[in-house]
Amino acid sequence: METQAKAAPAAEAAAVVPKKRKRNKISRRENNWRGWLFIGPYAVIFSVFILIPVILAVILSFTNFNAIQFPQFVGFLNYITILTNDAEFMKYVLPNTVIYAVIVGIGGYVLSFILAWALCNLTKPVRTVFALILYSPSMTTGVAMTVLWKVIFSGDQTGLLNSWLMELGVITEPVIWLTDTRFLLPIVIIIGLWSSMGIGFLSMIAGILNTDATLYEAASIDGISNRFQEMIYITIPQMKPQMLFAAVMAIVGAFQNGMITSMLVGNPSPGYASQLMVNHIEDYGFLRYEMGYAAAISVVLLLIVQLFSKGANVLLTDKDPYGKKGAEEEDG
Amino acid sequence: MAKGRKINPKKFEIGQLKIILLILPLVIFMGMPIIFILNHAFKPMEELFAFPPTFFVKNPTLENFSKLIKFSDSSGIPLSRYLFNSLIVTVITVGLALLLTTMSAFALAKIKFKGRNMLTQINQIAIMFVSTAVLIPRYLVICNLGLIDNLLAHILPLVAMPVALFLVKQFVEQIPDSLLEAAYMDGATDLDIYLKVILPMIRPAVATASILVFQQVWTNMETSSYFFSDDSMKTLTFYMNTLVNANNTVAGQGMAAAASLIMFLPNLILFIILQNKVMNTMASSGIK
Repeated sequence: METQAKAAPAAEAAAVVPKKRKRNKISRRENNWRGWLFIGPYAVIFSVFILIPVILAVILSFTNFNAIQFPQFVGFLNYITILTNDAEFMKYVLPNTVIYAVIVGIGGYVLSFILAWALCNLTKPVRTVFALILYSPSMTTGVAMTVLWKVIFSGDQTGLLNSWLMELGVITEPVIWLTDTRFLLPIVIIIGLWSSMGIGFLSMIAGILNTDATLYEAASIDGISNRFQEMIYITIPQMKPQMLFAAVMAIVGAFQNGMITSMLVGNPSPGYASQLMVNHIEDYGFLRYEMGYAAAISVVLLLIVQLFSKGANVLLTDKDPYGKKGAEEEDG
Repeated sequence: MAKGRKINPKKFEIGQLKIILLILPLVIFMGMPIIFILNHAFKPMEELFAFPPTFFVKNPTLENFSKLIKFSDSSGIPLSRYLFNSLIVTVITVGLALLLTTMSAFALAKIKFKGRNMLTQINQIAIMFVSTAVLIPRYLVICNLGLIDNLLAHILPLVAMPVALFLVKQFVEQIPDSLLEAAYMDGATDLDIYLKVILPMIRPAVATASILVFQQVWTNMETSSYFFSDDSMKTLTFYMNTLVNANNTVAGQGMAAAASLIMFLPNLILFIILQNKVMNTMASSGIK
């Protein structure tokens, strides 16, 4: 964070000064072991269960490994296979993942901003109740709700959706939702969207509520008259840090959620219709025991997530110093 | 409130009604599955399989819950065993995670030491970590540490949660340095500062972190599925899931609905209790 101070405008630099003075003071003491003492335990666990697995995934991705014999080095073979030889990946898994990520990631992101903004225009009691309802689906990451989706999308007449649609006359006989390849991906997308108002959504609410009141006054004097203009010209520029946090959360969520497919329709899903990358990893790693290949897909997945997050960073990091100040020093 | 400011109104106006009407369908759509599961769990047999299917319960009963308990007793491992595993694992994981996270947040935000920037950056990148992607290497790590079928395999993989550390760190950064300086001046040690200044001031962030960790642990299934072969060591989530998947029997659906409710309610209750503190923390959640 402090690297910002270099490029920061005068206003911000002024706010940083007291911090700096303290740093000099504290840095006179013996600091290194103090810092590491406090962060050490976390760092160890982080390394063992996050860092090392990632490094191992990268190493394994260059090997042929069946979980019994010692991994054999095969160079880039796994990556070449992904690109040229894995028909299911290119034909189903990648397109599915892209479609899912675009609709659930971007769609869910836009939706959560619009909802967050709408909620902030309401009074606190109403806002709290609505926020609770909208956030609650994201608490139940998949598993707990499988039974629910099974009942709703049940393939016979006792299925809730079938019964409703038949009553409305949209369909004349029950649709077997969970085996019909036409509907699998849309169903998984709907479930994804349903649970996409997560912590990023809460962050956006807080970001909007924390925008500087005086700016709205100034804006109304300058002739901004409706809520929409207010949102575009004042709210969004001020809450870019929260927008970025929410974007990262949306991206991670969009690529991580996939387990629901396995729960609902099994792995691999019928006709690979709703197979996402995480399912493909599980398929190769734990069902076919081609762990080297599965690791290569993992690495690709992690890279894609990084790439998208970088993209969000470029889009949302503020170049103009005015906006940068916004939410940052607000509570300070 | 100032003229022109429409965000966070203090009292109700007609203009707000438009907004409520606009988002109400969406709120209902999002809330419906939750309402449904609340109803479904209490439905007696004939309503579960009624035709046409019903949305709301007419004659609520606890039948499904008692069946759930009986069924697990007959399957060899009682429900209480799974519940016990889940509770122990959740309590220890949340406790350990909060301790390590707050300590690290203090270090990253307020102690200047070599490697601090690097660690902050690494943690920031790790927020984007997709844990399912490294299930296999994680399994290998657990194997090599000899933790298969050890309770620790439920706990340790979930203790380090980069998002939680990030949020708590952002919150600690807001504590004025002058306050810490004054305490150091009075001869306080780092431990004093951590315990007596930092911890009491970051309660909202701790609440938020605990919710995040809780949700992750309570509903986690990967640890049970992949790191345990001994069924008696698995957690409630795993058992619930076998119920959902393994039986298309008539009685199964009611039990599964009851089980889902048991999984969902603690999340909801915890969030309702802590929601004010969560919103407080989220204000400083931005990535800069």
